[in-house]
Amino acid sequence: MTAPTIARTTATRPRPVRAIRARPAAWLVWGLVIFFFVNLAGVIGSVVVSSFGERWFDTWLPQGWTGRWYGEAWRDFGLLPVLVTTVEVSLSVVAISVLVGVPASYVLARRSFPGRRLLYLLFLLPILMPPITYGIPLATVLYKYGFAGHFSGVVLANLVPSVPFVILTMTPFIEQIDPAIERAARMCGAGTGRIFTRILAPLLVPGMLAASILVLVRTVGMFELTFLTAGPDSTTLVVALYNSMSAAGIRAQQSVDAMAVIYTGTMLVLLVLALRVVNPTQLVARVKEEPE
Amino acid sequence: MSRPALTHRLAERGIDRQILLLVPAAVFVLVLFVYPFCYGLGLSFQPERGGPLGAYRAFFTDPYERNTIWTTLKLSLPVALLNVGVSVPIAYRMRGRFRGKRLLTTLLVVPITLGTVLTAQGLLNFLGPAGWFNRILIGAGLTDAPVRLTNNYWGVFFSLLITGFPFAFLLVLSYLSGIDPTLERAAATLGASRTQRFRRITLPLLAPGLATTFCLTFVLAFSVFPSAVLVGDPAGETRVISIAAWHAGYEQYDYAKASAIAIVMGLVELVVIAITLGWRATLFTGSTGGKG
Amino acid sequence: MTTGFTDLRLEGVTRRFAGHDALTGLTMTIRRGEFIALLGPSGCGKSTALNCLAGLLPLTDGSIWQDETRLDTVPPEKRGFGMVFQSYALFPHLSVRRNIAFGLQMRRLPRAEIRRRTDEAIRLVRLEEHAAKLPGQLSGGQQQRVAIARAVVLEPALVLMDEPLSNLDAKLRLEMRTEIRRLHQSLGLTTVYVTHDQEEALSLADRLVVLRAGRVQQIGTPEELHTTPANRHVADFMGFRNLLPMRVAELAGDKAVVEGDGMRLHGTAVGALRPGDPVVAAARPESLRLDAAGGVPATVEVVEYQGREAAVEVVTAQGVRLHARAGQRPAVGEPVTVGVDPADLLVFPADEDEP
Repeated sequence: MTAPTIARTTATRPRPVRAIRARPAAWLVWGLVIFFFVNLAGVIGSVVVSSFGERWFDTWLPQGWTGRWYGEAWRDFGLLPVLVTTVEVSLSVVAISVLVGVPASYVLARRSFPGRRLLYLLFLLPILMPPITYGIPLATVLYKYGFAGHFSGVVLANLVPSVPFVILTMTPFIEQIDPAIERAARMCGAGTGRIFTRILAPLLVPGMLAASILVLVRTVGMFELTFLTAGPDSTTLVVALYNSMSAAGIRAQQSVDAMAVIYTGTMLVLLVLALRVVNPTQLVARVKEEPE
Repeated sequence: MSRPALTHRLAERGIDRQILLLVPAAVFVLVLFVYPFCYGLGLSFQPERGGPLGAYRAFFTDPYERNTIWTTLKLSLPVALLNVGVSVPIAYRMRGRFRGKRLLTTLLVVPITLGTVLTAQGLLNFLGPAGWFNRILIGAGLTDAPVRLTNNYWGVFFSLLITGFPFAFLLVLSYLSGIDPTLERAAATLGASRTQRFRRITLPLLAPGLATTFCLTFVLAFSVFPSAVLVGDPAGETRVISIAAWHAGYEQYDYAKASAIAIVMGLVELVVIAITLGWRATLFTGSTGGKG
Repeated sequence: MTTGFTDLRLEGVTRRFAGHDALTGLTMTIRRGEFIALLGPSGCGKSTALNCLAGLLPLTDGSIWQDETRLDTVPPEKRGFGMVFQSYALFPHLSVRRNIAFGLQMRRLPRAEIRRRTDEAIRLVRLEEHAAKLPGQLSGGQQQRVAIARAVVLEPALVLMDEPLSNLDAKLRLEMRTEIRRLHQSLGLTTVYVTHDQEEALSLADRLVVLRAGRVQQIGTPEELHTTPANRHVADFMGFRNLLPMRVAELAGDKAVVEGDGMRLHGTAVGALRPGDPVVAAARPESLRLDAAGGVPATVEVVEYQGREAAVEVVTAQGVRLHARAGQRPAVGEPVTVGVDPADLLVFPADEDEP
């Protein structure tokens, strides 16, 4: 769909385009979509405009433009360590959840054994539960054993939805690889180790990349679990943003906005990265394979 | 040369050394999800006062606490229903190929990655009394005084809509493109009109997917926390259950009560999901003959 | 690593899946250089047998011996067999050349030898122009060739083929059939071939093993199976389309007279029978004559053109449908008298384990 030639051929095929233009219901649908996007642009735009504005009160646009809020936010909220923590936490979560999740999804995809469905349901639960529900008991336990308030506690808490997430995205991915391929490699004389390094690993890389990026995006954006377990030295960007917002009035509104823009920028970079590897529907269709 | 009988019998049931690959993931879920959950459950039955059920009694007898269930459902159910309901006609229009589909789906991913915190900040700016939205309304002469859309029910409602709608839409779209379009064409050759084709063929095949989508958007909306605090009225009309749980745990330091509320929250959510999935189980959930 | 052998013996090979017997007591000897076909309907246990032989499925009971070495405890990668899969199972991320070279690399052979043998195998299956392509860029027939080359390049002691032609169209299937037989002969392979197509099995194999519900029905050469099927199921599989439930009226040696549905026919008894026993009388369409004096009167109902001959379906007054062949195309509705040579009508005991 991205190639220009294909785009042209679909454009010359009149049927779908005309179907959208012709009917009033279609106008309504497009109207809704446009209304949604206009408001969305307003939401994001107002934050961006405000972060560059001098004074903005009861006018369409700020009275002047400045970049100083960024410097202020950077200094006042100590954003550099926060960003470093965010990156460290997210990458650790990605690495651990892939390491733990992929072997498990391999077994779930390839084998049938007693209790398989029960186990699958167990892996599904952390995703179906609101993070606050299990986050509060989890934080209590992590405080009890001295993990919470530190880097390790934040990573552990974020792993709870991430490991199941990797399993739920990787299991269907592995299922669609013909199991005869592994058997063929075995018949060619490859042992389990070499089947994994020579055959499975190259075939799994796209799926693992997609799962990693999805986990990365989710972890950077994960508020509740990090909020419940983070200490002063283990705050991620989204929690720092929340803290600065709920403490509004102490800081200038614009510097909070500047921070929000930094957060958005980080997320957008991740998003662009993510969309290079995964289809947009994949970002949300996380429970495609359900135990029936 | 003959193998021990036990390993042989187990191998026949699908249990051998490969199953060990599951162990790390299973241990993870047990230690970080099941154990804290059970710990929280235990904790909820050991309040400082009022016997084993004291924490639950305290929650259910105090209308200020008890009503949080109703407040949460009043927010999350309409939002989830609206998200799914609006997604269906839009996704139905937009299946098949047209120019800019990839761009549209990509744009829709943006609010998902923004997360609730940034959306809240944006809504405060955009929908606030001096925000662009109210300026447009006043400018167009639709209203004299600014409409109050933030720091109340509607602020949270819009925030959930913005984060939830793209999610619902992309899920519905992926379910819809999984339905073989020739089925509708077959119905057309049998004399079914456009509406009949949708009502009698596509909708029944889509219904299980809608149930799943509803569940997932409901979970998202039900776990509302940051936006209820930031764009809502966290002490009044948007005092949702997760705020009550957080308040009990991190401001009153009453972990028994916090755990009890978390458990109640999980149960209420599971009841809604169970009802939806129970309804879904009565539907046809076989192959829909399409791609994906 | 195993190379050649004289005998491969299967002794009571049994495989159960969750209480269901997929394969029961398969006992046979495969001699070096033989082409064996395992034949049967889907779910008969033929693929289970092949996978047990390959080592991909552990046995529930029984043993496999390669000369004096016990083989069923050896893992599949150490048995030194080659296998061609129904789905071909080509490694999608490796080129044709690297697919074929994979097994040689696993054996850690010197680079020059890998190159030489891979080239030879590519030439053997005539894929020289496609050696650098990925499997996804090839047609079904070409993928099939790669799969075969990948299996035979190892010069395996035994080549296992699991319905390798079932995904090809009719014309290509015939071509590849000849190709497989040619490779088998020119490379001196020993082959075990699984199929549900009796024609394929008859034309390829030196010996056939007919399986049904996990049990061996008959082992024999194509001629033996074709002319003297051991029971009605083998007969069914060998193209005896007319299978008539009847009763023994008279018996003299192996000469039987059977009756039923208003017909009285002379046939040859296969197996122990007594007068009055329920039986199945079996005849091929090509053995029925439509102009037999004193035959069963019937009416032509369906005529299918099949080249030189026509396949004809006739129906008797009692409503029994019979399949026959005719050189001259009869007209629909034409009355005929159906007869069969007693030597061509085989009378089998009706199964007691009939479902």
